[in-house]
Amino acid sequence: MNDPAPLCVALLDDTDRALINATQAGLPLVPRPYHALAAQLGLDAGEVMARFRRLQATGVIRRLGAVPNHYRLGYTANGMSVWDVPDDRVAELGRAVGALDFVSHCYERPRHPPRWPYNLFAMIHARSRDEVEDRVAQIAALLGAADRGHAVLYSTAILKKTGLRIAPPAAGGGRRAAG
Amino acid sequence: MLDETDRAIINGAQGGFPVCERPYAELAARLGLDEAELLERLQRLLDDGVLDRFGPLYRAEAMGGTVTLAAMAVPAERFDEVARFVNGYPEVAHNYRRDHDLNMWFVVASDRPRRVKQVLAAIEAATGLKVYNMPRRREFHLGLRLEA
Repeated sequence: MNDPAPLCVALLDDTDRALINATQAGLPLVPRPYHALAAQLGLDAGEVMARFRRLQATGVIRRLGAVPNHYRLGYTANGMSVWDVPDDRVAELGRAVGALDFVSHCYERPRHPPRWPYNLFAMIHARSRDEVEDRVAQIAALLGAADRGHAVLYSTAILKKTGLRIAPPAAGGGRRAAG
Repeated sequence: MLDETDRAIINGAQGGFPVCERPYAELAARLGLDEAELLERLQRLLDDGVLDRFGPLYRAEAMGGTVTLAAMAVPAERFDEVARFVNGYPEVAHNYRRDHDLNMWFVVASDRPRRVKQVLAAIEAATGLKVYNMPRRREFHLGLRLEA
């Protein structure tokens, strides 16, 4: 995938993968979490911290901190807004839409005409459908004539939500982490 | 249910957790709390499900994996059966019903590059329904801070 971010194919060794595997569900809630991880994995704490910093610098870690549950915070209106914009302007418009503070994810994705003419996705989390609609109107105003059609898809049921899991260190081949 | 301190933690800790010997102490200082109180509150927010987790948010592609978003138009009378089948794959991380002609939207992820396409093809073959594959081409932003 050709993300604009300079996302190198991060070269992860088995130690990185062990660290990732040990922290996918979160960091230890103890005063020295990196030391606890080091003890658990038989590593030096300084090395654990150095690897965390490198994983952040290379973009393998997008963000480090609290991951709130949308629904429990009252963000129950989850609207996936999708837009048909000219392909030659999608980068410029995507950046503008993505910069709006109520847009959580903004991606270019392929169209599947005629059924699916949309190429720009902007996920909106809000506390009500009215609030989502209001924000959709703001995006439409921002896009102006470049908005050749749009739709908002609301989620009506969560059928599955387990989060991404990657495999543990090499030996296991494709086996999944528990959970 | 959430008090002002909980909100301050949720709003102030969605990124930038330090990498240092006593990171919770450092975060606590930023929030005007002490380390023990912060740890106790984080544990409670996790136990109550207000936080899904506390730690790194990993980017699957950067780990050499592949992620895609796929959609299907599933007839209402077959919806539950198809959902069970799709959800049966461990590679399916999320699946949402949405109010559109394309009514099932799911994320497929794997650390093995060819596996995602195999899963999509298997779903198509088993259900007889077309799977619309919509891998992202570019990402423009991922920075939502949910206000509590």
